[in-house]
Amino acid sequence: MATERKDPGNDRAASDGPAAGGVDGAPASPERETPCLEVRDLSLSYGGVPALSHVSLTIPRRRVTAFIGPSGCGKSTLLRCLNRLNDLIDGVRVSGSVTLNGMDIYRRGVDVADLRRRVGMVFQQPNPFPKSVYENVAYGLRLQRGIARSEMDDRVEWSLKSAALWDEVRDRLNETALELSGGQQQRLMIARAIAVRPDVLLLDEPASALDPISTLRIEELIHQLGAEYTIAIVTHNMQQAARVSDYTAFLYMGELVEFGNTDGMFLNPAKQQTEDYITGRYG
Amino acid sequence: MPAPDTRRTSWWTSGAPWVWLNAGAVGLSVAAVLGLVGLIAARGLAHFWPAEVLEIVHDDGTGRASVIGELAGIEFADPELLPDPGSGTPVERRLIKTGNRRVNAPDFRWLDRAAIVSERRPADLVVFERMEWGNAYGRLRGIFEHEDRVVHGSDAQAWTALQQRLARVAALREEIADLQASTIDSINYELEELRLERRRRALDGAGFDLDWRERSLNEEYTRVEARLMDLVRALERDAVEVEIMDGRRVRIELRDVLRAWRPNAMSRVEQITHYMASLWDFLSEEPREANTEGGVFPAIFGTVMMVLIMSVLVTPFGVIAAVYLHEYARQGALVRLIRIAVNNLAGVPGIVYGVFGLGFFVYLVGGTLDDLFYPEARPAPTFGTPGLVWASLTLALLTVPVVIVSTEEGLARIPRAIREGSLALGATKAETLFRIILPVASPSILTGVILAVARAAGEVAPLMLVGVVKLAPALPVDGNPPFIHLERKFMHLGFHIYDVGFQSPNVEAARPLVYATALLLIGIIVVLNLTAIMLRNRLEGRYRFIEG
Repeated sequence: MATERKDPGNDRAASDGPAAGGVDGAPASPERETPCLEVRDLSLSYGGVPALSHVSLTIPRRRVTAFIGPSGCGKSTLLRCLNRLNDLIDGVRVSGSVTLNGMDIYRRGVDVADLRRRVGMVFQQPNPFPKSVYENVAYGLRLQRGIARSEMDDRVEWSLKSAALWDEVRDRLNETALELSGGQQQRLMIARAIAVRPDVLLLDEPASALDPISTLRIEELIHQLGAEYTIAIVTHNMQQAARVSDYTAFLYMGELVEFGNTDGMFLNPAKQQTEDYITGRYG
Repeated sequence: MPAPDTRRTSWWTSGAPWVWLNAGAVGLSVAAVLGLVGLIAARGLAHFWPAEVLEIVHDDGTGRASVIGELAGIEFADPELLPDPGSGTPVERRLIKTGNRRVNAPDFRWLDRAAIVSERRPADLVVFERMEWGNAYGRLRGIFEHEDRVVHGSDAQAWTALQQRLARVAALREEIADLQASTIDSINYELEELRLERRRRALDGAGFDLDWRERSLNEEYTRVEARLMDLVRALERDAVEVEIMDGRRVRIELRDVLRAWRPNAMSRVEQITHYMASLWDFLSEEPREANTEGGVFPAIFGTVMMVLIMSVLVTPFGVIAAVYLHEYARQGALVRLIRIAVNNLAGVPGIVYGVFGLGFFVYLVGGTLDDLFYPEARPAPTFGTPGLVWASLTLALLTVPVVIVSTEEGLARIPRAIREGSLALGATKAETLFRIILPVASPSILTGVILAVARAAGEVAPLMLVGVVKLAPALPVDGNPPFIHLERKFMHLGFHIYDVGFQSPNVEAARPLVYATALLLIGIIVVLNLTAIMLRNRLEGRYRFIEG
């Protein structure tokens, strides 16, 4: 089973023990992991049009969970529920609950800004601020007052190193981030997101706008980060989901069809719909 | 089998006519603008060139007479309109500016070309630029000190002596002006303050212990006044005797003469120096003679000051309104209605704003301020009268729609991804606004300010009601605390054009000044706009997004 995964992530899967990837032949199930985000009976509608209905799933801590499904199935909407970014859209109604480490993030009085600091996000298109490379990474840190200049420098360097970008930009930290290539920009976005040390990282099709080589680098990076962060990734590329994720959720028409161990799901889908989708019969 | 469709593209369907039409329209507009600016520049700037002075002998039917003056215009009159139609061919007439107002009866004369016997440009003709009554033309015949003739004739020595004495007069005049500005004005200002202080204390029921200050001020005033009288006496010493065109000899006090020059004897260098000096005087001096002579400095100052205050007021207003409408307000029928109202506000005629400004700002707000803070000056108003601050506020109101619309456009152009990127990092909406959105929208905000400045600098009608006057006694900025006097009335180039061109007693003499003032107003608007455009381009360079 594990031989299906032809990427450097194998090292981690191997070293991480049996729970992660089923190297020992026993497919792990998300229920047996430590939960990080628990989605319970989540429904969402845009101005009366339902986009998600009664979705329940558990995103385990320090694992990579992929959301797959055809266009318009609600996978991005589900992702944006996890940091309440859907709140910005007029006419959105949400019911059900999402708990982050046991705290309901849709409860009244939740500090949404603090929630978003703890649940970082990287978007489909790189969206650097029109500032320098350094200021892009430091942006989230500057929002938290009282970080000394030297600590700021350390955190920026650490973030850029974690995002495998440091060697390419160390000499141009003060130049505008808009001049970086697309792949570099997307890694900068990851550095920007992890600079504030979030618990969870949400990735919304992070490699869909990139060329194959940049995509590969991003995938490697997701693997490395998966050891330290809880990652939820939306992708329409099933090979990518198979390569990078530990668990996969398949959504169709706003409903969760199947959720389980990635290897198990890709080799032996429980539902016919899932099998049709991953074998490319529709989607 | 049907034949394949064939369609020959003719010139008419090729699209070329539209290109030509567009190019033609653009070319016409550019030509119109360049023509207008060129005309204004040529007419306005030529005024300062030392024009030749002609001595024309003409026969007006009763005998020969000589006329001295500058050529001000040539006209081909329609013979039908003349009292004596003659041969029916157009009659060439020349307009001669003979000056010497108050000595000669009209200071402009029409001469028929046919009646002119001879035309000469003698080198010894002198032009005197006088403080009052315009230029004088004639020949120098001698210099007096009081009643004693000290220099005879009009030779080179006499000319040098005249220039030396003019320099002395200019120095004295400057000294008197300095004394006025620095000492007498401030003593008067303090005395007025003292009078108000006394009223204030009387209103509050407090004691009077200001007499010693008033005494010392009055003593100083007497001392300064004595010094001033000495200077004025020294100023009145010299005079010249001038032979004017009809042979009479008249006496001109040098006190009244700003400059004297002999245009027909000037070298090219002297002409250019004279030109530059006249131009500088126009820009830096105060107006004289009901605005038809002298400079326009107070009007330049007033215009620029008003536009700057207006920009400072309109920018925060417009930006705050646009941010609320675009970022915070719930988009619905009400916001749409407000937006339509704002757009329509830009189409309201300026004079309506003037009436509103007078009623609301001047009488209501200003009057209330007077009652609350300046009761001692009552019944004379302090802020309850048209003034600089009210004019600026009225224009800010007039231009705020422009800033709102252009700021909103800028906000709408910012990609949603950028806002989400900031929010996703834990920034609040306000933090996103101040750290990302406003900086990125700043070029659009500046575009709005540029348009507002262009509109405000050219607006005259509302200003007549809320603060602009024909002649302001003092600049809004001076050496008396609090240094910036926003309640004062001010002068404005746009109103100055109207006043000089259409309200002056001597329209013919004032016409070149209208062109020069118009050119200056255009120049100031261009400079103000260029400054803002340069600032905007720098910001745009910083916040340009990569396409896609």
